[in-house]
Amino acid sequence: MLDFPRWKILWIIALLTFGVVLALPSLMPEATQARIPVVSLMPRFNLGLDLSGGSHLLLEADTADLARQELQKKEEEVRTEMRRGTPQIDIGDISTAGGDLSFFVRDVAQLDAAVERARTLTNAVGVTGQRDWNVAVVDSTRIVMTPSKAGLAKATEDAMKVATEVVRKRIDELGTREPTIVREGSQRILVQVPGLQNPEALKSLLGKTAKLDFKLVDVDADPAAVAAGRAPVGDQIFPFANDGRGGNRGGTGNLAVKRLGGISGDELIDAKLAYDQQNQPVVSINFNGSGTRKFARLTQENVGKPFAMILDNQVLSAPRINEPILGGQAQISGSFTVDSANELAIALRSGKLPVALKVIEERTVGPQLGQDSIRAGTIASAIAAVAVIVFMFVTYGRFGGYANLAVVINIFVILGVMAILGATLTLPGIAGFVLTIGTAVDANVLINERIREERRRGRSIIQSVELGYKEASRTIFEANVTHAISGVVMLMLGSGPVKGFAVVLLIGIATSVFTAVTFTRMLVAIWLRHARPSEIHI
Amino acid sequence: MRLLKLVPDNTNIGFVSLRYWAFGLTAFLSLAAVALVGVRGLNFGVDFVGGLMIEAKFEQPPELDAVRHNIDALHVGEASLQQFGSKNTVSIRLPLPHSTDEGATNTLIRKVQASLGAQYPGVVFNKADTVSGKVSDELIRNGIVAVILAMVAIALFGWFRFEWQFGVSTFVAILHDVLMTLGFFAITRLEVDLNIVAAVLTIVGYSINDKIVIDDRIRENLRKYRQMDIHALIDLSVNETLPRTVMTSLTILLALGSLLIFGGEVLRGFTAAMMLGVVVGTYSSIYVSSSLLITLGIGARRTVDTPAGPRGNAERVSGPRV
Repeated sequence: MLDFPRWKILWIIALLTFGVVLALPSLMPEATQARIPVVSLMPRFNLGLDLSGGSHLLLEADTADLARQELQKKEEEVRTEMRRGTPQIDIGDISTAGGDLSFFVRDVAQLDAAVERARTLTNAVGVTGQRDWNVAVVDSTRIVMTPSKAGLAKATEDAMKVATEVVRKRIDELGTREPTIVREGSQRILVQVPGLQNPEALKSLLGKTAKLDFKLVDVDADPAAVAAGRAPVGDQIFPFANDGRGGNRGGTGNLAVKRLGGISGDELIDAKLAYDQQNQPVVSINFNGSGTRKFARLTQENVGKPFAMILDNQVLSAPRINEPILGGQAQISGSFTVDSANELAIALRSGKLPVALKVIEERTVGPQLGQDSIRAGTIASAIAAVAVIVFMFVTYGRFGGYANLAVVINIFVILGVMAILGATLTLPGIAGFVLTIGTAVDANVLINERIREERRRGRSIIQSVELGYKEASRTIFEANVTHAISGVVMLMLGSGPVKGFAVVLLIGIATSVFTAVTFTRMLVAIWLRHARPSEIHI
Repeated sequence: MRLLKLVPDNTNIGFVSLRYWAFGLTAFLSLAAVALVGVRGLNFGVDFVGGLMIEAKFEQPPELDAVRHNIDALHVGEASLQQFGSKNTVSIRLPLPHSTDEGATNTLIRKVQASLGAQYPGVVFNKADTVSGKVSDELIRNGIVAVILAMVAIALFGWFRFEWQFGVSTFVAILHDVLMTLGFFAITRLEVDLNIVAAVLTIVGYSINDKIVIDDRIRENLRKYRQMDIHALIDLSVNETLPRTVMTSLTILLALGSLLIFGGEVLRGFTAAMMLGVVVGTYSSIYVSSSLLITLGIGARRTVDTPAGPRGNAERVSGPRV
């Protein structure tokens, strides 16, 4: 038990030194970190938002909106498929009410063929052979297509993958440092931006789906019907966008546009802030090859007519086409400010969000509060450490001193492990530290009390120390397992600050067993071997 | 050098004989805690009820009524104010605006900040939280599930590792600790937020730690002293581990005390809860879980147990020998 070969001693010292060295970069001021090349390459732990200050946003995908989009897409597909195939199948009375897509097949003889064709529009999901849409016949004349649960889940998954990337791109464009963007659950994205004090710009940027369309205005539409929101055949109706100052951009009320023949923003390759002849901010966009051709044809065929620029289902403006635009470059106008034009440019550049995102949780911490918390936390930890160290030394003498050395090393090792894992230190995490200082010595208290007890029972020094470590180790192991159970639960179910606390707690439990048991046993063994004391004070 | 000994050698306190008094007190306190929580309720923070919270630090401690008046004039809903620490810091809670517009909450926060800034120059806004009802419902559900899951998992561990009686007694003792903590929050009206869930889980963890140490000793003594009366055996085990119990509780209280005094405002409720938990947990280790073992009939079968190991004939020695 007390027999420590040299290689084992070297291993223990090397391991602990490694842990301590890993902790050092995180504790240096940033300027120093940058100056020493080795240090700048080493891993560091992060500071949570409650310590660094910044903004935290939790975004949730609007799945109802996504289901609506899927339904619309499927409607387009069905129309095209039935018309394009041979023989052409005549369908009518298409309805998307109630989350299903249903349509009427005019010729009953074609019903089976129609079902066949509708089936070709569905895809297998996963490995269970389930399909993303179920096709059924109702009343022998109507075909009903219902999205399956698995199909919706897959659509959500796909949309969230893209959405996370789009969010990342948009935030990167803001030029903030080290933002955290992670998926949470099936339909959430967590965004944390250290140092950002006013999340308003970020929110409005993330709130834009940036679905851009160019569509021809239907100049023949009946103004009364359009105002009432009734779309003429082949048209769509969109309201004018709010300009944020109580008025509307570009016009009032609704605008009717041709459903087909437009160009979508998907064909953009670049968008940036620019100024028009009146020195008003506009967004200048560039189309890719096919977009350029389509835009050229649209403008050539419709000179003198107005076309609408529609963003997120709202009309930004509806300027008249003065001349054909052949170079694939256009300007989006519509009473922008410099900021709002820049925001739109970023949103367009980063691609459209496949699903609308809503902010469901928002937290902002000022930099002053974070600094105060770090200072208070550091002072409290230092005082706690000193108090515990004095108390341990007064109670257990030399053995308390060994325990103290173990505790101090343990603090650094925890920080080192956090650095390797890239863990985040939060304010409750600092509390976790203070608690770890308290509980880490518990192991040594158990050991030392046991040694005292065995001495009282009349055992020799060596025997007492050996038994003390052996008997206490079992208890320490069991106590730590239960403690770790509550830590794991916190890590699984806790959010934000609670997680930060759990991380420190769990790492602390693991490292403290090593420092408080193995390391102190080594120190005691070395001392006993060299000093051969005839009596121990414990 | 004379070392400090908090608990004299061979202390022998008759804990077990006091157990019916202790059970009575425990039952009374637990019921009182439940009643308190039921009647007074808990002061849930925005984490758990949803809404908007702004933390403002004033240069001078402000009149709360004046601050309330200032905010009421904005007609943004009923504000609830709370001062903490040096009284300079006030947390202002407001209901969420009835608007789906992304900018609505920010507009509201800005309005409050501008209005307060005009009346109190030099005020600093440290923190702003907005939590929607959906998220707060989940947070509170996760919090409750976490505490229950931790308690059950630990009780199961006690059952597998020891005997079922240990699992049950530990579970009851932790339940008592959690109820005490909730009662404490009902009395003090300290805000219950996410951090408090962490505090409660830590109390559960600590309390368990304490009980395992005593349980472990009881198990060891059950094997060692096969003829000893169970009352005496539990008294012996508790007394043997008493120096450790006192020592560990004190070191943790020392560490937490420093955090309470110097750790800043944000962690104060968290630390207070944990200090209470340490005291309550220590009490319940001795009086609830250990004494309950007798009632549950631990050690009834031990004469037919597997034979004890070489440690079985270790005798108890009184008086320190040199």
